[in-house]
Amino acid sequence: MANLKNVTKKTKAQEMGMHSEVLTGRTQQKFFNPDEAENFYYFGTYDVDFNKRTNLDVKDMTAAEANKKIDNLMSEGYGTIVIKNPQGKHSLGVGILNKLNLIFEGSLGYFGIGSCDGPVVRINGRVGWSCAENLMAGKVVIEKNAGSCFGAAIRGGDLICKGSVGARTGIDMKGGTIIIGGDAGAFTGFMMQRGRIIILGDVGINLGDSMYDGTIFIGGKIGSYGSDAVPSDLTKSDQDWLRRKLKVAEIGENFDVSKMTKVVAGKKLWNYDNLEPTEKKGAI
Amino acid sequence: MCGIAGLIHRNKSSNVGFELQGMLQALKHRGEDSTGYALYGDTDGKNFIARIKIGENVGEGSSSVAEDVSVYDQRKKEVDTCINELGAKIVKEERILPYSLRYEIEYNKKDLLEFSQRIESIPGVEILSMGKSLEVIKDLGNAKMVCDRYNLDKLIGTHAIGHARMATESGVDIKSAHPFWGYPFSDVSVVHNGQLTNYWNNRRALENKGMRFMSECDSELIAVYLAEKMRSGATLEEGMKESLSGLDGVFTYFVATKNSLGMAKDTMAAKPLVLYESDDLVAMGSEEIAIRSVLPQEIDTYDPFDGEVKVWQI
Repeated sequence: MANLKNVTKKTKAQEMGMHSEVLTGRTQQKFFNPDEAENFYYFGTYDVDFNKRTNLDVKDMTAAEANKKIDNLMSEGYGTIVIKNPQGKHSLGVGILNKLNLIFEGSLGYFGIGSCDGPVVRINGRVGWSCAENLMAGKVVIEKNAGSCFGAAIRGGDLICKGSVGARTGIDMKGGTIIIGGDAGAFTGFMMQRGRIIILGDVGINLGDSMYDGTIFIGGKIGSYGSDAVPSDLTKSDQDWLRRKLKVAEIGENFDVSKMTKVVAGKKLWNYDNLEPTEKKGAI
Repeated sequence: MCGIAGLIHRNKSSNVGFELQGMLQALKHRGEDSTGYALYGDTDGKNFIARIKIGENVGEGSSSVAEDVSVYDQRKKEVDTCINELGAKIVKEERILPYSLRYEIEYNKKDLLEFSQRIESIPGVEILSMGKSLEVIKDLGNAKMVCDRYNLDKLIGTHAIGHARMATESGVDIKSAHPFWGYPFSDVSVVHNGQLTNYWNNRRALENKGMRFMSECDSELIAVYLAEKMRSGATLEEGMKESLSGLDGVFTYFVATKNSLGMAKDTMAAKPLVLYESDDLVAMGSEEIAIRSVLPQEIDTYDPFDGEVKVWQI
């Protein structure tokens, strides 16, 4: 793996501002290539028409039945699907590897919108634990609150919660952006490896604990910093990016980003030395 | 993984037995080894209600040893004798199942320690709950099964907490099932979701202070821990706040008294809890679907944060 510190020529993705962090250590990274994006399709995905819209009442369906029905509707070309009466059911809207406008008129339970790549989802309610886990691309907007493990292990896309979220938001995230309009609980950004988290409100204890990389912006008070999470200078480009992002996300558009706290990895933990574990044992 | 649920009506009574049954049944996928209810019914407040276990359910899945019903009969006789000797008067008694007794008792002393110790000195006998309003009912099976077995769906009251259990670190039996009574305090009950990692250290310390444990279920520690704090003069809320540092591990628990319902969440926030709060009703559970069983319409819910303690009054 090349040492990306020494790479001077910017990729197209970097020129677009998509990957601006300087990587150090042994992080293995493969960048999304915008030139190939339009040519990339998953097996079993569909051409859908966003103007073709339908409603789906899932009140009396199991999660599996509802997800299968969504798949069937996409296969019929529906590009905008409105889900009625989700009533806090678990695992709705999972595994969608398609471009799709998906609107939930109500709240979801656990594991909603898990393992998705591409859809734009709006949830006019609340979500439970582990919403949008492993999101690869797309946009998910939650109008109310979210539970713990919000955006766990996401690799891309924008995940927006207009209310408050529970603990471990962005745990293990590897890319993408999480934006929270309210407060966040403990261990926000726990072991995050890449990407950005924006919290406009307060955040709990152990912020960014054991984070490898990535950036966290906090608008309110910080309960405490976690291991190896350190404050950093908020640059002009950070502020520009924050303003742009909040505007696009339709959240906190007038928020004073200049007073936000920027938190990054201190990179002092054992995983940032230059030795493999076996080599390290020998050295000791 | 276990599931917990609770609700409290403010300014009115409701069919809390039926409501809690719906909430716990919605959580049955979190565990149906046993299910327990702590129901706070409307009473005239004159007599104590005691729920007493004189044996175990030895049905399918139970880890208990079968006993002859005649053993239960003998224990019941001893319990009746003991109650009389304590100067208490049995006003009403029901034997719902061979191993399950419900008594309404006229007893003038406020301190239930002596009463409880005497009754539980009978081998195989455990007081599941005692109070002027509280009734703890727990047995093997899911919420619907237990509710039907004990006819709980018509109980009118103000608040209730319950537990759907997946047995992990102790047996599939009634003694390890939740809720736990806050022995020997009248009308105190606890349910818990999580694991306590300093159970034995705390248990030894509390036993040295004279507190009693009936099972090896770590969750019982919370009830005993809070009871000991209250015995030392702390309020319930103070005891709950102290528990955040005194108890180690991951936990979300509910505690209820005659007039209140409280929740506490550990500082790691590792166990789930969803909460709905309005002027008339507070409902909470491990998952939102539990709340949906009593409030199917769109509502605003939230997750309490790490280290949060809340108490509501009726």
